[in-house]
Amino acid sequence: MADKKEKLVAVEGGVIPERDAGTPPVLEARHLGIDFGGLTAVDDFNFIIGKTEIGGLIGPNGAGKTTIFNLLTNVYQPTRGKILVNGVDTRGKKTYEVNRMGIARTFQNIRLFKALPVLDNVLVGMQGASGYHMGAAVLRLPVYWKQEKDAREKALELLSIFGMEHLADTPAGSLPYGAQRRLEIVRALATDPKVLLLDEPAAGMNPSETAELMENIRKIRDEFEIAVVLIEHDMNLVMGICEGIAVLNYGQIIAKGTPEEIRNNPLVIEAYLGRKEGAAGC
Amino acid sequence: MKQTVKRIPMPVRYLINTVLIALLVFGSTAYVNGGGVSGYITKVLMVIGINIILAVSLNVATGYLGQLPLGHAGFMAVGAYTGGIFLKAVNASELGGAGYAAAIAAALVLSGLVAAFFGIIIGVPALRLRGDYLAIITLGFGEIIRVVLTNIDDLLGFKLTYGASGLKRIPKITSYFNVLVCVVLTCLVIHLIMKSRHGRAILAIRENEIAAESCGVRTTYYKVMAFTLSAFFAGVAGCLYAGYLGSLQPTTFGFMKSIEILVMVVLGGMGSMLGSILSAITLTALPEALRAFEDYRMVAYSLVLVLVMIFKPTGLMGQYDFSLSRILEKLLNLGKKSKKEG
Repeated sequence: MADKKEKLVAVEGGVIPERDAGTPPVLEARHLGIDFGGLTAVDDFNFIIGKTEIGGLIGPNGAGKTTIFNLLTNVYQPTRGKILVNGVDTRGKKTYEVNRMGIARTFQNIRLFKALPVLDNVLVGMQGASGYHMGAAVLRLPVYWKQEKDAREKALELLSIFGMEHLADTPAGSLPYGAQRRLEIVRALATDPKVLLLDEPAAGMNPSETAELMENIRKIRDEFEIAVVLIEHDMNLVMGICEGIAVLNYGQIIAKGTPEEIRNNPLVIEAYLGRKEGAAGC
Repeated sequence: MKQTVKRIPMPVRYLINTVLIALLVFGSTAYVNGGGVSGYITKVLMVIGINIILAVSLNVATGYLGQLPLGHAGFMAVGAYTGGIFLKAVNASELGGAGYAAAIAAALVLSGLVAAFFGIIIGVPALRLRGDYLAIITLGFGEIIRVVLTNIDDLLGFKLTYGASGLKRIPKITSYFNVLVCVVLTCLVIHLIMKSRHGRAILAIRENEIAAESCGVRTTYYKVMAFTLSAFFAGVAGCLYAGYLGSLQPTTFGFMKSIEILVMVVLGGMGSMLGSILSAITLTALPEALRAFEDYRMVAYSLVLVLVMIFKPTGLMGQYDFSLSRILEKLLNLGKKSKKEG
């Protein structure tokens, strides 16, 4: 499954991989737009992600990619348009509520709980899963022990995806850079998401780490049957694993399609490299 | 490669700790009540206990949650006046046996709850915002409480607070045993909450609020919760203070009192319960030991703060917390390692 490229099929609102055509899209953005004062950061953004799709969001610096992640997680409230998670509108919801609806993310500038051990970072992600009350915690009722034990086991299992279970007691801030990025992914997975938003997961990684990350993203998708959307500048990674790609420039989508289509799209080439005529300086 | 680390199972840990705490509480009470120390020392010990509760409770909001409340004395005042009025109303000193104990327990809980209620009122609007708003709002709150208590001598027509002349003839219910039990309970409850999913959520907010929220942590809820918890125990400490002194003056609960508590937390290390306890003991005992130089106490405070900030910005204990079991485990494993080598 890993290397076979899926064909994209058209459904209402956009294209998704063929295998997901039978199920409704897990994430949908319709005519999404946001203004910061007079600046339109994102405009008329339409986007649809199939149930197990790996989607890519690329574009030059400042195109509005991270803004879109912030919109999808309701860190910003959109000025126009709407976002549907499994068909449910997220308008007016808090960020943590959107997370519990199934959207988890990582951050471009790593935001780990640095002073806490690796394991606790993952356990924080499981907030929604274990539901004992504070009274049960203070009295150390059996429900506390059971849920803590289950959560701990699940956290170690998630850490083992990236082979990090032996680091469980290390403070997250003292991990090497690549491990911190991986821990962010594990923490996001701990929230039991349906869509995983990865903001430049390969930033600062060397080629072999990037290749490993690619494998792991695929593995996560296959194992958890979730969709992944990633922002990335590393074209090897994007072209290697993304099934559908959207290219953003100046807050607007300029192209959508499979990696091959994007690679040969003149508009994309223009956005990244500039126009051919009068390009003497290049 | 796999290391077999000896761990002490949970029930044994709890047993060890319970036995030690019980020994501490009953043993030291027997010693103190049996005349082992002078009445003056007992009083100092009581004040130390009250200050420990104040410092440990403020540590929840400052060290664990990462906010900067400057009105802890305000919550203490609320608790003190609530406890004082309640104890006077039920005439606690005339009750005997079980009634007396029940009155004390009720006064402590009630003081805590009223302070916690104020905590929610202040916390809900203040903690929805990010940044330093809480410091300003709690600073204002503390001053408002003080000014209101100074200027109002009756509540809803009942002569209760007695304004600037102060609340007098409060039954002196506070004993060494009371204080010690409250200290143990405060530390225990806070510890148990911090070592649960709720505690982890609070720490996550301190570490990175944006990340915490996108991990599904209800940030506003937990911020208000931690702040309220902090206010609750400040109220309990206030009640003990009222029962210790027997009379209350609004001026006691000024801005300087809040700062005094904050200094204890910062000096001990924000986020370390052990640090709060140790510095509360030190900063209470030291002025008593240096009674002759009391005029310079505030100078010493400022100096100590400045020096700690220069040489150990994380406080004396940093975020280290004491765990007897951890030390025992280390010793166990140490013994094993040397056996292997030997």
